[in-house]
Amino acid sequence: MKRITHLTLLVCLLAGVCISGSSTTKPSVAGEEVQRMAALSGRSGGHLVIGQRAEPKTLNPVTATDAISREVSGRLMADLIEINRVTQQTEPALAKSWKVSTDGRTFTLQLRKGIRFSDGHPFDADDVVFSFKVYMDEEVGSPQRDLLIIDGNPITVTKLDQYTVRFTLARPYAAAERLFDGLAMLPKHLLEKPYREGRLAQTWPLNIAPAEIAGLGPFRLKEYLPGQRIVLERNPYYWKIDRDNQRLPYLDELVFLFVGSEDAQVMRFEAGETQVISRLSSDNYKLLSRNQERTRSQLVDMGPSLEYNFLVFNQNDLTSKKLDAIAHKQAWFRDIRFRQAVSAAVDRESIVRLVYGTRGAALWGNVGPGNKLWVNQGIAHPKRSLDSARQLLKSAGFSWNRTGELTDAAGQVVEFSIITSSSNTQRMKMATLLQEDLSQLGMQVHVVPLEFRAMIGRVFQSLDYEAAIMGLGGGDADPNPEMNVWTANGTSRLWNLNPSHPANGWEREIDELMQKQMVTLDYTKRKQLYDRVQQLIAENLPFIFLATPNILAGADAKVGNFRPAVLEPSTLWNADELYVRTPNAESAGAR
Amino acid sequence: MRIRTAALIGLLLVLHLGLLLAGFVAPYSPIAQNRQLSYAPPTKLHFRDYTGWHLRPFVYEWMIAPDGYVEDQSRAYPVSLFVKGHSYKMLGLFDASLHLFGTTEPGKILLFGTDGFGRDEFSRVVYGGQISVAAGIVATLIALILGSTLGMIAGYYGRWLDEAVMGATELFLSLPWLYFLLGVRAFLPLHLSPLRTFFLLTCVVGLIGWAKPARLIRGLVLSIRSRNYVLAATGFGASNLYVVRRHIAPEVMGNLLTQAALLIPQYIAAEVTLSFFGLGVSEPLPSWGNMLSNLQQYSVLTSYRWLMAPAGALLITSVTYYLLADALHSRLKSRST
Repeated sequence: MKRITHLTLLVCLLAGVCISGSSTTKPSVAGEEVQRMAALSGRSGGHLVIGQRAEPKTLNPVTATDAISREVSGRLMADLIEINRVTQQTEPALAKSWKVSTDGRTFTLQLRKGIRFSDGHPFDADDVVFSFKVYMDEEVGSPQRDLLIIDGNPITVTKLDQYTVRFTLARPYAAAERLFDGLAMLPKHLLEKPYREGRLAQTWPLNIAPAEIAGLGPFRLKEYLPGQRIVLERNPYYWKIDRDNQRLPYLDELVFLFVGSEDAQVMRFEAGETQVISRLSSDNYKLLSRNQERTRSQLVDMGPSLEYNFLVFNQNDLTSKKLDAIAHKQAWFRDIRFRQAVSAAVDRESIVRLVYGTRGAALWGNVGPGNKLWVNQGIAHPKRSLDSARQLLKSAGFSWNRTGELTDAAGQVVEFSIITSSSNTQRMKMATLLQEDLSQLGMQVHVVPLEFRAMIGRVFQSLDYEAAIMGLGGGDADPNPEMNVWTANGTSRLWNLNPSHPANGWEREIDELMQKQMVTLDYTKRKQLYDRVQQLIAENLPFIFLATPNILAGADAKVGNFRPAVLEPSTLWNADELYVRTPNAESAGAR
Repeated sequence: MRIRTAALIGLLLVLHLGLLLAGFVAPYSPIAQNRQLSYAPPTKLHFRDYTGWHLRPFVYEWMIAPDGYVEDQSRAYPVSLFVKGHSYKMLGLFDASLHLFGTTEPGKILLFGTDGFGRDEFSRVVYGGQISVAAGIVATLIALILGSTLGMIAGYYGRWLDEAVMGATELFLSLPWLYFLLGVRAFLPLHLSPLRTFFLLTCVVGLIGWAKPARLIRGLVLSIRSRNYVLAATGFGASNLYVVRRHIAPEVMGNLLTQAALLIPQYIAAEVTLSFFGLGVSEPLPSWGNMLSNLQQYSVLTSYRWLMAPAGALLITSVTYYLLADALHSRLKSRST
């Protein structure tokens, strides 16, 4: 179960509200150190409705793991330092400034003075110390905990004065300030009692009374109607003001409507019942752009996401598992030439065209073109070649029988099944394309759609599968969240979860490089290390990388300041800045 | 009345023969992907070009345009009957490569357009019908044989046997079979070969479906058994077997035929439902159910109407069977009065 949490965490790591534009801090309203967004303007009032596929599971930012819960609870909460979703750089939030010691181990954060939670209670260093205590408590079981335990040592949090907090790390940690994004600051005055009674993980369910929940985010809870909607209202104490000294957020209300499915989201958006839509599939994007005139919407294609979809072969140690049939096939899966042949036979161009309707990008490594800061441009993008695939297979001792089937050296026909989540039509399509691609090499591939949980159970726990098509990434652009996938004790190291035998050359090298980049503070040096990691991954193919979709989002034409980003949450990260245009401003058409 | 029944039977025969000879009727392989032709609309048959009218229809190639496809009118491809194409196994026995109709490569005749992988939808409907309709017929046979045997035993011998069988039918009728099947699937190995899946599907549908015909037959047998001529025959010392053979079986037969005509479309629909939910035949093999499951996506449903072709095929087959059942029923009634 824990591993599932890690995966989810990796996929939807980032939630929270960020600032954008140049900003200066000055005490303005009654000694409050609010943040002034010098470039920002908008119109106050109105509300936006957003269709959600499902209800959030909780409003508790400490235990929320699914993207939907984090999207909603993130609007209620704020972090000390936030990652600007557009620039992908860190920016001050609840901490107005911070200093890093020369050894990179100590962070001293200055908090904003005089700001208040959404219930009017003041916020200070005690809340920060309390929040980190909660996140690092093993009993609470927060998915963020792993990020805060470095080399087995938790981060030490010390209060220096009412508005100064010092964080001490056991060793230097690259881009440590990025860790603060996604760690919502909690109100000690509300949560200390449940925490001491050990009930913290259960607090703040959806049906909590609005008076019992408070945060530092732009909105606060107004009402929740089970199965229908959750309504957030403006937080009157929010700590940002715009160009004209108008306090944010602009919107009076933010309504999350539970509609049930992606298709329902699209239909509601088309009908004008909702105003913002994100995580659009390319098919639905195409559908909406065809009706754009009628629905008066703005649709944005942000380019390739950070997610990577891949085929993984089960290389786990199965000796204790009684899965002899699979263990037998692992001789193929562990042969690098077999994996290279599969990779050479994959028609990535068709995947991008048929699965993503050209709104996507082919991948040959774990970092795609969407991550401009970290992608290794030197990775080769070999074209599909069945000939080189056949050569590789031949050199690995495979041959073809009279009916054209591929057989291994022992004469066994190469046959395996690919499992994938039945609810993900895109990965299902990839599987069908792969099936056809590999059949041209004489491999018999079966596609087995499984319910998402059943598939995760097989990949992470029972290890009862041969190959799977999955997706990872999509969290932060930084390499650190990828530690989970590539280091020897990583919890999402899917091709071999618990390497008992000493890892072979390249696996050990990746492990060492990843550990090293984590403690290297200089970007150029880190980039060199991470480039080498990407190169090793692309050469040794623990995953066969396939493609990444573009981030597609849309909003009603009258939504102002709509600036979707590649990082999650792509449309609501600047919910405090969104506003509804007046009818006459709408015709001006400015975005 | 007799003409109508004969016409319906003839229509069904043509339909099934077409499915049986799928390789011959379908111009392309149902699993061959044309990745340049994903979601291509149905090819239009032309009779007229700038030179005038033609007797032999011809088609144009689809060309990718910014917003879908346009016809590339630079070259016409005539449609001809009995052409050589890709090879297939006729009736699953011998190799053949003759097709009912087709055109010259690289031209393509796509009567129902293509799906997301550029596979010819018409060929898939024909091949898919093989699986869906065969599943319906085999399941019906299983259900009727099982149902009529048990129903006859229960109706004829009565007493505790009757109670046991009728108890069992109640159990089976109350079973939420879709959920039951979802549960069964979870226990089966990950991958089942298409043949095994097919076998499993029909068996499960047939085994669950026997209860209804069993009840009907039991009721019939009960009423026939107490008729005077049957009682007389028994009085003269006729054996059970004789009574069943001479008096009961002929009476039941007509009802069984009507039942069959009713059950077959129901069980075709059952296969379609199961495949729709991913429990039936899996990719890349087509069945009407797994083809229709593409339409679960809103964007596909609204953009590519031609993918509803399997629904049309299902509708035509079902209606024909129901009309046949109706005709048989009225014949039965007119005979008994």
